[in-house]
Amino acid sequence: MRFVFALIGVLLVASPVFAVQPDEVLKDPALEQRARDISSGLRCLVCQNQSIDDSDATLAKDLRLLVRERLSAGDTDDQVRGFLVQRYGEFVLLKPTFGTHTLLLWLTPALVLVLGGLGAYAALRRRPQSAGALDDAEQEALAAVLKRDPDAP
Amino acid sequence: MLVEAGHFALALALGLSLIQFIVPLWGARTNDPVLMGVAPASALAVLACIGFAFLALTTAYITSDFSVLNVVENSHSTKPLIYKISGVWGNHEGSMLLWVLILALFGAVVAVSKNTVPVRLQANTLAVQAAITVAFLLFILIASNPFTRITPVGEGQDLNPLLQDPGLAIHPPLLYIGYVGFSITFAFACAALIDGRIDAVWARIVRPWTLGAWSFLTLGIAMGSYWAYYELGWGGWWFWDPVENASLMPWLAGTALLHSTVVMEKRDALKVWTILLAILTFSLSLLGTFLVRSGVLTSVHSFAVDPARGSFILGILVAFIGGSFALFAWRAPLLRQGGLFAPVSREGALVVNNLFLATACATVFIGTLYPLALEVLTGEKISVGAPFFNLTFLPLIIPLLLLLPFGQTLAWKRGNFLGTAQRLYAAMGLAIVATLALLAVTAGGPVVAPLGIGLGTFLILGSLNEIVTRSWSKGTRLAVAWRKAAGLPRSAWGTAIAHAGVGVTVIGIAATAWGVEALGTMKVGDRLKAGSYEIRLERLVPRVEANYREDVALLMVSHNGRELGNLETMKRLYVTRNMPTTEAGIMTVGLGQVYASLGEIQSDGSIGLRLYYKPLVLLIWLGALVMAAGGALSLTDRRLRIGAPARAKVPPSSVPAE
Repeated sequence: MRFVFALIGVLLVASPVFAVQPDEVLKDPALEQRARDISSGLRCLVCQNQSIDDSDATLAKDLRLLVRERLSAGDTDDQVRGFLVQRYGEFVLLKPTFGTHTLLLWLTPALVLVLGGLGAYAALRRRPQSAGALDDAEQEALAAVLKRDPDAP
Repeated sequence: MLVEAGHFALALALGLSLIQFIVPLWGARTNDPVLMGVAPASALAVLACIGFAFLALTTAYITSDFSVLNVVENSHSTKPLIYKISGVWGNHEGSMLLWVLILALFGAVVAVSKNTVPVRLQANTLAVQAAITVAFLLFILIASNPFTRITPVGEGQDLNPLLQDPGLAIHPPLLYIGYVGFSITFAFACAALIDGRIDAVWARIVRPWTLGAWSFLTLGIAMGSYWAYYELGWGGWWFWDPVENASLMPWLAGTALLHSTVVMEKRDALKVWTILLAILTFSLSLLGTFLVRSGVLTSVHSFAVDPARGSFILGILVAFIGGSFALFAWRAPLLRQGGLFAPVSREGALVVNNLFLATACATVFIGTLYPLALEVLTGEKISVGAPFFNLTFLPLIIPLLLLLPFGQTLAWKRGNFLGTAQRLYAAMGLAIVATLALLAVTAGGPVVAPLGIGLGTFLILGSLNEIVTRSWSKGTRLAVAWRKAAGLPRSAWGTAIAHAGVGVTVIGIAATAWGVEALGTMKVGDRLKAGSYEIRLERLVPRVEANYREDVALLMVSHNGRELGNLETMKRLYVTRNMPTTEAGIMTVGLGQVYASLGEIQSDGSIGLRLYYKPLVLLIWLGALVMAAGGALSLTDRRLRIGAPARAKVPPSSVPAE
């Protein structure tokens, strides 16, 4: 259900046409591939969590054209992204940059894994391990018992 | 009248739930069997009342009673009957009613399982369950009443067109059974904490509930994913949308819970952790409800967002999560730890499983909520989307999947990693051969696909390996081996099948890397090619149906020059809401699909068209079906059906773990 309501949201904003239009595609396939890769990491600012590559909104189309324009002008991928961040803020990046403001976001997976692992290890260590092999005295006792009752399992 | 009666029944259910909450709790405290006996009776009465209310609302929908606000807002007299019925839960108020209906249904099932659940545990569990019911009934009656009357109007405003799909009839009930199913494990966990005692009997009682809820949640998520895939028209099947994440978090925690209860049932270990997971899983279900219905997400879904509702659900959230964690902090130290195990053992492997699943769950959690928190605290706006999750979630899941067959093969208590690896040589060898063969055949193509398919193959073979090695060794006659395999516990088969299902899904996901797409502007007679599949635009026809009109593009699909058949993709306009939708045209070829989506229709009669070929894509959802089937098979295990009642006669504390 929730899922569907999000989808509706997506579609309410974006009229249901498909995203990249045939007339937007660049002639040079290598350049076009770079444009697609960059686009899939840029947020359509008026949509709900959708990249400009998937979105049908007018703004997304403008941004796609802008990305292609910059690439055709000889910008590197990073320059294109930097240009868009300068214009629209970090909100435009679907992958947030690594910095003090996103430290917790990026480090949480590693922190939880390491701390959880240490915690589990400590919990395991704290509890007495089950007895290892029998020592000599125990072996003797065992032999004595077995001798006394040969039918014992 | 029926509508008023439904409204009254809800109020009655609230009163009865209050009784079911307070009286048994007191009874369990004072050890009074009569007071404890109130719990099952009131649970059944609550179910009857809420069931009646639900039927009343459904009747209003079927008869198109346009004097009820909820019906006016979400129905239309010309709508097909199935969408009139599914429309009951296609809106906020109605879906909350379905939510409490399932809550009450589960309470009633616990109430009638007299012989399997000890009386005290049952009384406490039903009391906790009733507390949840009280909270949500209050929410419905105060802030989301589906029975509000208005001056009758002539016609309804129709259901959102995207919801007029068989998906709506199936997806929400499956998902809700999953979510709400975890409320029972939550209630059992709280009951155990209230009682200060927990043992293998508890785990045995709780395990089927976890299994059932997990299976339904798996189906619900898979169904939602497939629905999005065919309805949205760009062929994606998972978007890392906050709303999807809201359902993924309880699934991850629930999967961890499923595995930790195994350890608890078999070995009486991991008690505290299992209780914590049970609380966490349902808390995440509640969090999902809050996120979706409160409007804190920058989401634009169709639930009318009302700040009062948001604060109400936040209140419920804080009360239950806070309350259960306080209970946990207070009572958990009372729980005594049981069975010992070496780090390299089946138990140890399941701890690793839980560690990775919990971390994956935390990753989804922080990724979903961090942007909200950051904006509130600093005003800075950032986005966390698919690239973040691919970068953080996948590195956690892939090692977990690689270790899965080893864990499944390790012995309990104390295992031998080398020996285990030896038992898996055949599976590893075959998976590596498959990977290398695929790499050679598809040289120059994406490397991810063969590697992923290799992993999936290892998972499938590794899971089934367990069945083979338990029933066959060198020299065993095939008939004997078959008899032995058939005689293995159903839970062993269930485990193997569910794990193989994971492998099937992994193969489907990996194969998406081989997908091809093409887009073009086409006139009648034009062709468009994606990979070895080609379509020709036959004609464009307008069509008019009862509640929408559409333009249909009729396509002929061919593969290497051989015609396979026709495909239709449409652009629809739903008249009442003046809302356009795109219906993708999908042709299933083997396990792959040819997927066409109609774009803008130009004034000169040419159309924009996007064409995909997605090899093996069906495996993504088939794998989920296999997982759920494994869960269901496990549920039919003899042990879960008849194991407990015979033991309930002796005091639980004296029951050995296995």
